[in-house]
Order: sequence, then C-alpha cells, then structure tokens
Amino acid sequence: MLNAMLIDPADNVVVAIEPIAKDSPVEYDCGGETRRLTALEDITIYHKLACRDIAQGEPVVKYGQHIGSAVTDIKAGQHVHVHNVESHSTNV
Amino acid sequence: MTFFGYERPDGRVGVRNYVLILPASVCASDTTRIVAQQVNGAVTFNNQQGCSQVESDQQLTMDVMAGYAANPNIYGTVVISLGCENCQMDLVVKAIQERTNKPLKQVIIQEAGGTLKAVDIAVRYAKEMAAEAAMLQKKEFPMSELILGTECGGSDPTSGLAANPVIGELSDRLVADGGCSILSETTEFIGAEHILAKRAATPEVHDRILEIVRRYEKALRLVGEEVREGNPSPGNKAGGITTLEEKSLGCIHKGGHSPVMEVYDYAKQVKAKSGLVIMDTPGNDPSSVAAMAAGGAQVVVFSSGRGSPTGNPIVPVIKITGNKLTFAKMEDNIDLDASPLIYGEKTLEELGGELYELVRQVACGRQTKAEALGFTEMAIARVCNYV
Repeated sequence: MLNAMLIDPADNVVVAIEPIAKDSPVEYDCGGETRRLTALEDITIYHKLACRDIAQGEPVVKYGQHIGSAVTDIKAGQHVHVHNVESHSTNV
Repeated sequence: MTFFGYERPDGRVGVRNYVLILPASVCASDTTRIVAQQVNGAVTFNNQQGCSQVESDQQLTMDVMAGYAANPNIYGTVVISLGCENCQMDLVVKAIQERTNKPLKQVIIQEAGGTLKAVDIAVRYAKEMAAEAAMLQKKEFPMSELILGTECGGSDPTSGLAANPVIGELSDRLVADGGCSILSETTEFIGAEHILAKRAATPEVHDRILEIVRRYEKALRLVGEEVREGNPSPGNKAGGITTLEEKSLGCIHKGGHSPVMEVYDYAKQVKAKSGLVIMDTPGNDPSSVAAMAAGGAQVVVFSSGRGSPTGNPIVPVIKITGNKLTFAKMEDNIDLDASPLIYGEKTLEELGGELYELVRQVACGRQTKAEALGFTEMAIARVCNYV
C-alpha cells in the first residue's frame, strides 16, 4: 500500500501520507512505478523523509524546488525536518 | 453558472445584505458593538486602530474602513466616531464616498452628547437602513461578478498537497468564467516569488511581485527583525513544514495556474472581472482576509491543515483542509475535506468542482461553518508602533 507521496520527480524527499514506523517499508509512486525503501526512524504523518541520500550542504528538494539545505548528511529513509535542514536566505 | 445576489447602486453585487456599524477608531468600537447588538441585520467589528498612528499606518486603517463600507455585502453604513481621533469623520466619509454611493449615516459621540445619546441616534439610523435592506430582492448574476479571496492559515504539508491545489483549481475556474481571484499573503511568497513572477502578465507586474516581497523583508529588517522569526509557526512545524520556502511553495498553489494580472497594495479596491491578482497582505490571517474583504471580495476560501476557525464580519469564509485527521477532529469548523486528493479517491477536477459548487451555494446564502458559529474576528495590518 502506498504510504508516501513523491510530489515532483526531481524531489529528494517524499511525504508520509500515513504514520510510518521505524524499519517498516515506505512505498510511493514515481511516474506509475512503485518505489520502495525502508524508514530508518518513526515518521509522523505528513512529515518528510529522504528518498535518497542527501549530503551535508546539498539542497533539499520538494515541489521540484529548493526548500533549504541539509545541515548534516541525511540517509534515504531518515526524517527530514528542522533538525537537519536550514532555510536558505533569499536575496531577491 | 449563476448565483442569486444583491445588486448595489454602484453596480456591484453582494452575497450578503448587512448594515455595517463602522467604528472610526478604537474609541468608538464599544459603541458600535452596543449599536449592532440592537439591530437585526447589523454587523460591526472591533477597530483597534484609527488614532495615534503615523500616516502610512493610518492609510491602512482608512482603506480597510472605506473598503468595508464599499464591500457589496454591505447594504449601507452607519459610521460612528468619537470626534477627536486622527481618522476624522469627514476623512472617513470622503474615503467611503470615493469608493461607493451606498446609504451612509454619521454619528459623532462627542457631538451627540455622550454614549447613550450616540447609541440612540445610531440605532435609529441602523434600524431604518436594515428595514430598507430587507426589502431588496435577490437577482440572478453570472459567477464572473464574484471577487474571490484566497487564504491559508494554520498550514501543514497537506495544504500544499491538497487544499491549496483545490483552491487553485477553483481560482482557475472563476478566472475562466471571467471573474476575479485574489492571491494574498506576501510573507508566504518568500522562496516562491520567482515562480509567481514568471507568471506575471506584464513586466510591470513581474517587478511589482518581487518588489512587494523585498519591501516586506526590508520593513521587518528596519526594526531589527527577520520574517523567518515566527514563520513557519510552531504549529506549521509540528505539522511537518520545515522552512518558509516550503510553506510558500505550498501557499502559492492557491493561485492555480492563471497569469497574474495585477498587484494591489493592502486593502485597495480590486477591479472585478480582472482575472488572477495579488494583494500585498501579511501572513496573519484575520488581517489578510480583512484586506481582501476591503478590496471587494464577497467570498473567501481559506485552507487550514491544522484547523483554523476564523471568520470575518462581512464576508463568508469557507474552510477547507487536506488533512483527514483534522477534518475528522474539527468537522464543526471545516466546510470541505480535500484529503481524498492525497489518497487518490477523488481527482483535482472533482474536488475543484465540489468547491466551486460550494462557493456558488454560499454566494446564494448558504451559511459557512464560521458564519453558523458567529465568528467575526478580524485585524488591520500595521506598519509600526502607535505614536
């Protein structure tokens, strides 16, 4: 059963659409194909987890856009939130 | 599609038919409350401003007051001032008359001889106006007469996944009908302004979109503050929104995919039938909704992931959530559940159609959940401290 959502193919995070327990499977759709990984920690419903490894300093991508930078290395399956992402300072 | 509404002498069309008891300042606000309580069909609000404000601040207050009186949901207005405030009666009356020719009466408390005498005069004016208002027959109008305000508050990730895209679908449909939709909340364009700017209809609108974002950030920096302090809010973060950029990218979905035709300053009069427009408002919901109501929006659609109950004194506010848990917990406050979009149970077109029909019914008189609960909270944006 799909329990996560990939919004844009360029994204490196998916959104949990059900509560996901540590070590349980994460399934999401990518262009009609179901992709799977394992949650490395408990993920609260509607929170984000990495769907691939994100290196420290790399942009975190959701909606196909940068939403911030990783402040540490983040492994696929880890929770992605305020503890490991910081906002870009935009200077338009 | 059509709805049944109230035709006003200035040519605009209302979806409600209230008499507005308008406080010109904080010092008249308890008086307007007493007056409105005496008159069936009257509405008012607590105006915390109207005096001891710098010029740019006073302008925001004046625009909200004039815009409320001119909003087509209002049949006519009784303005009550104390007498000595900065927002002098003649200034308020002039600002209203620049926007509309609807019925207008004035009461100045210090000239009337105190609270009880002012209340007596104002209640008589308002009762007469309410009696006239009740005689008005509704007529059928095309949906293009609607100016829709769009808002999000207490956002969570489902706002960007479901509720805001559904509002965007509604917005695109209204624009296709020839109507007007307002995208608001400048602080929630930050990090997504480049996407909105690309959708500008002209180079001038493109530059204005970037300018209002820059101006907002600069205004906060002048007082040593950062827009990212307090935004995202603790509730946004608990829900799963990490950064302001992420919140903004979800927020702008409310504007659908239409080109941006114009950018309006806070509470300025919006031109009907002008497509998708932007208004420069704060992320603070009651002051953003108030600005769009002052701009002439007759209906507001408001998404909330966490579950916001807020209404408005003169405009029906329709609540929509994309969070199935929030809908289950707060159904008394929320009009439409958009979460089926996330789970593939309904399409964007289906939910957009449901929301469009709900807006049409609310325009015809159906009460929103916030109206049924009597919620009328509002705020007016501010530039700086009182003087």
